[in-house]
Amino acid sequence: MSKNLKVDQARFQLLLRLGDNALILGHRLSEWSADAPALEEDIALTNVALDLIGHARLWLAAAGQAEGQGRSEDDLAYLRDVRDWRNLHLVELPNGDFARTMVRQFFFDSYHLLLLEGLACGRDTEIAGIAGKVVKEVRYHLRHSSNWVIRLGDGTEESHARMQQALDDCAPCVPELFEADQIYLDLESLSIVPEIHLLKSEWEHQVSGVLAEATLQMPEILSAHTGGRQGLHSEYLGYILAEMQFLQRAYPGASW
Amino acid sequence: MKTESGQWPLWEVFVRSKQGLTHQHIGSLYAADAAMALGNARDLYTRRQEGVSIWVVPSGEITASSPQDQGPFFEPANDKVYRHPTFYPVPDGVENL
Repeated sequence: MSKNLKVDQARFQLLLRLGDNALILGHRLSEWSADAPALEEDIALTNVALDLIGHARLWLAAAGQAEGQGRSEDDLAYLRDVRDWRNLHLVELPNGDFARTMVRQFFFDSYHLLLLEGLACGRDTEIAGIAGKVVKEVRYHLRHSSNWVIRLGDGTEESHARMQQALDDCAPCVPELFEADQIYLDLESLSIVPEIHLLKSEWEHQVSGVLAEATLQMPEILSAHTGGRQGLHSEYLGYILAEMQFLQRAYPGASW
Repeated sequence: MKTESGQWPLWEVFVRSKQGLTHQHIGSLYAADAAMALGNARDLYTRRQEGVSIWVVPSGEITASSPQDQGPFFEPANDKVYRHPTFYPVPDGVENL
């Protein structure tokens, strides 16, 4: 395989990973629409969901171009089966209660922001361009989720207990964030993606700071869910895709 | 923080649409404290590029005139049209008056 072809394929995989994380988490957050604890928060969560779905469109459109097979962002979003999705386990976790949703969001936002900041100063101009465009929104996402983590962690007895439970629920999905497969390492050696060990240490530093302020304990991680980037997912993703892709599957090519 | 009814306190939101203009009252919202009120105001009222600055004020801190004040407060002005600057000829070429 020529070097360029290998880089093209690695870029395609990276773009899919970025797009799939944004789309699946955006879909999850959209499930709160009309169901959040307060009207104001309902709109805040829907804003974040819409931001992420907007990011997914940019990444998946770029992925389609990188692949060079003529697939559009819609083809990639609506016509791929579960084994072809490249998102993390964290983003497919069910919403649970509001505490779970916020811990999931806080873990992801912290990772997402560091990753995008790294991509924005990376060597690939197209990827750096998209990352630079979306990073401002993600800075607000992190602010929103960190505020809730602190507020609820350092809140009432019940909110604290629910947050601690939510940390236990989400922690097994954390190691996957910082797994680097050969694709990632190839892109790292080209300075397209940030160095994984820096990403990890910075994430741990920032997250532990917020959790300390929230009077919460990061649980010990005894088992890890992994393999999302290789297409190995939890049962939850199938249900998400069934709902998200139903219309295009039932009425192929439908548009409005 | 919650009020006795179990609801978060009410806040009034003022947004300045661009530099140089004044903040205008744009609506109200519920929030537990001032920081949350600012965040909620950002999400509720500035989603479509409406603002460059937000103020939030606890609704309870606003002192308002009451409907009973209508007579003594506002009616005396009704027959004093000379207070409007409509009796002066406007010189040609004045754009902002």
